[in-house]
Amino acid sequence: MLRYLLSKLMTFVPTFIGVTLISFVFIRALPGDPIIVMAGERGITPERYDELRTQFGFDQPIYIQFWDYLTGVLQGDLGTSFVTKKPVWDEFFALFPATLELSLCAIILAVLIGVPAGIIAATKRGKFLDRALMSTALIGYSMPIFWWALLLIIVFSGNLGWTPVSGRIDLLYFFPAHTGFMLIDSLLSGQDGAFGSAVKHLILPSIVLATVPLAVIARQTRSAMLEVLSEDYIRTARAKGLAPARVNGVHALRNAMIPVVTVIGLSVGTLLAGAILTETIFSWPGIGKWMVDSIFRRDYPVVQGGLLLVAVAVMVVNLVVDLLYGLINPKIRKR
Amino acid sequence: MSDTVSTTPKRPSRLAEFWFYFRENRGAVIGLWVFAIFVALAVLADVIAPFDPIAQNRDATLLPPLWQDGGAWPHLLGTDPLGRDILSRLLHGARYSFFVGIVVVVVAATGGIVIGLVAGFAPRWLDTLIMRIMDIILSFPSLLLALVLVAVLGPSLWNAMLAIAIVLQPHYVRLTRAAVLTERSKDYVTSARVAGAGRARMMFITVLPNCLAPIIVQAALSFSNAILDVAALGFLGMGAQPPTPEWGTMLAESREFILRAWWVVTFPGLAILITVLAINLMGDGLRDALDPKLKRS
Repeated sequence: MLRYLLSKLMTFVPTFIGVTLISFVFIRALPGDPIIVMAGERGITPERYDELRTQFGFDQPIYIQFWDYLTGVLQGDLGTSFVTKKPVWDEFFALFPATLELSLCAIILAVLIGVPAGIIAATKRGKFLDRALMSTALIGYSMPIFWWALLLIIVFSGNLGWTPVSGRIDLLYFFPAHTGFMLIDSLLSGQDGAFGSAVKHLILPSIVLATVPLAVIARQTRSAMLEVLSEDYIRTARAKGLAPARVNGVHALRNAMIPVVTVIGLSVGTLLAGAILTETIFSWPGIGKWMVDSIFRRDYPVVQGGLLLVAVAVMVVNLVVDLLYGLINPKIRKR
Repeated sequence: MSDTVSTTPKRPSRLAEFWFYFRENRGAVIGLWVFAIFVALAVLADVIAPFDPIAQNRDATLLPPLWQDGGAWPHLLGTDPLGRDILSRLLHGARYSFFVGIVVVVVAATGGIVIGLVAGFAPRWLDTLIMRIMDIILSFPSLLLALVLVAVLGPSLWNAMLAIAIVLQPHYVRLTRAAVLTERSKDYVTSARVAGAGRARMMFITVLPNCLAPIIVQAALSFSNAILDVAALGFLGMGAQPPTPEWGTMLAESREFILRAWWVVTFPGLAILITVLAINLMGDGLRDALDPKLKRS
C-alpha cells in the first residue's frame, strides 16, 4: 500500500508543477505588457514602471521568476486582487465553503437518485421502466444546464413562487459565518426560519448542478450492474435460492459500485465546471461566480490564483479517489 | 444466365455490417434522422428563414408565438426584445452549432490522434512527458480553462472554438495511445516491421485504422460537448458576440426577459437540447456498432 501511495504522490508533484506553470504563463500571455496588467494602475510614469518591474521581479531571468512564483504559491502567496485589494488566498477560502456546500448537496442528490435508478434499470433490462429511466438519463446528460436553470426559475420561482431566484439566504437574516456552510450557520444562529430559507435557496441550484452527474451515475451504475449480473457467482447465488433482492442488493451491488465510485470521484471536475454556470445564474457567491466576475473585471491576479487553486482542488480530490480506490480494490494496488 | 453464383456466402462489407448493428439501436436511428433534418435546415436556412436573422423591427418586439394570444403571422415562434424573428435566428444559429461541432472535432481529433500516435510509438521518456502534459490539461475543469483561454485570446466564436478544441484534445490523445499500445504487440504489426515498414507508415497506415473505433465514438461525444460548451461560453458572454444568432448568445441576450416572455428563452435552449440529444443517441448507436465487446454475434 505504501508503494502505491508513493507512486501516486510521485505523479502528483510534476502535475502540480505543470499546473503552476500554466497559471504562471497565463498572466504573461495576456495581450499587453504584463507589468501594466499586474499593476492595475493608470498613467504609469517611467520611474514607477521601473519600480514595479523590480517589485514584480520582471528584471530577473524567467526561470528565477517561476521559482519565486512557485515558492510563493507553496507559502500561500497568490497576489492580491486589484478590485478588493485582499489576498487572493483569503478570498478563495472565504468563498470556497459556498461552492463546497452546493457541490456536496448536488453530488448527494445525484448519488441518492442515480444509483437506485441505475439498479432498477439493470434489473428490468429491456423493459419499459429501463427504457424510460435511461431515456431520461440521456436527456439529463444532454441538457444545457444554463438553460435548464432558467426553465426551473421560470416555473418554480416565476409561476409558482416556491423558491427564491438568487443568493444563499434571505436578506432578513444576518448572523456570523462560523463554518461558511449556510445550512450549519443558519441552524447555529437559532433565528426563526433562517434554516428554512437557506434550504429554499439551495434547492434549485442543487438540482441544476446535480443533473449531469446524476445522469452519468445512473448510466454507469446500470452498465456496471449488467456486467456483474452476468458473472458466474451471481448465478451461483441465485441457484442457492437467495432472494433476488439479496442477490441484486448485496452480491451484485458491492462489486458494481467500484466503477461507480470512480465516476463519482471523477465528476468533481464536471461539478466545478457546472458550478461556474450554476453560480453565475443563481448569483451564488462561490468560486465559480468569483472566477467569472474576475475575468470580466480583468482582475488578473484573482483569475491566475483561482485557476491554480481550482486545479489543485481537483487534483487533490482525484488523488484521494485514487487512494480510496486502492483501498477498496486490492487488485489495483498490486499493479 | 448464371454468372457469379458463389456457394460460400460473401462476408458483408464493413459498412453493411456497421449499418446492421447501428440499425438495431432504434434510438440511434431516430437520432440520425433528427440530426439529418437539422443539417438540412441549417444548410437551407437562407431559403427557409422568413426573416433576416439580425434585422430588428421596433414595431414587433416580444411578440409571443403564433398559437398564443397576440402572436402574429409569420412570426411562428415569436420575436425577441429587439423584434427579431426567433425562428429565423434559430435556423441560422443551427449553422453556427454544426460549424462549431465540426471544427472543434476536426481540430481536437487531428491534434489528439497525432500526439497519441507519437506517444504510443515514442521512447518511454517522451511518452511520459506527453501524458503528464495531458494530465495537467485535464486537471482544469474544462469550462474554466476554456474561459481563461478566451480571456487571453479575446472573446469571439473562433477563439471559443479553439479553446474548447484544446480542452477536448487530451481525451483523443489518451484513447489513441491506449489503442496503439494494445495494437503494437500484435502479430500483424510485428510482421509489418519485419517487412521494413517505416515509422510513419507503421503509425498511420498499419496501426491507426485499427484504432479508429473508439476514436469515432469519442468524436460523436465531443461533437455534442463542443456544441454545449460553445453555447455555455456564448451564454457567459465569452463566445460568439451579439448580434450573431448563436444559440447560447441568444439565451444570454434574453435572460432578463425570462419572467415576461418565456419563448425567448425556451426555444434556443430547446434547439440546443434536441441537437445534443440527437448526437448523443447516435453516439450510443455508434458505440454499440463499433465496440466488438458489445456485439452479440
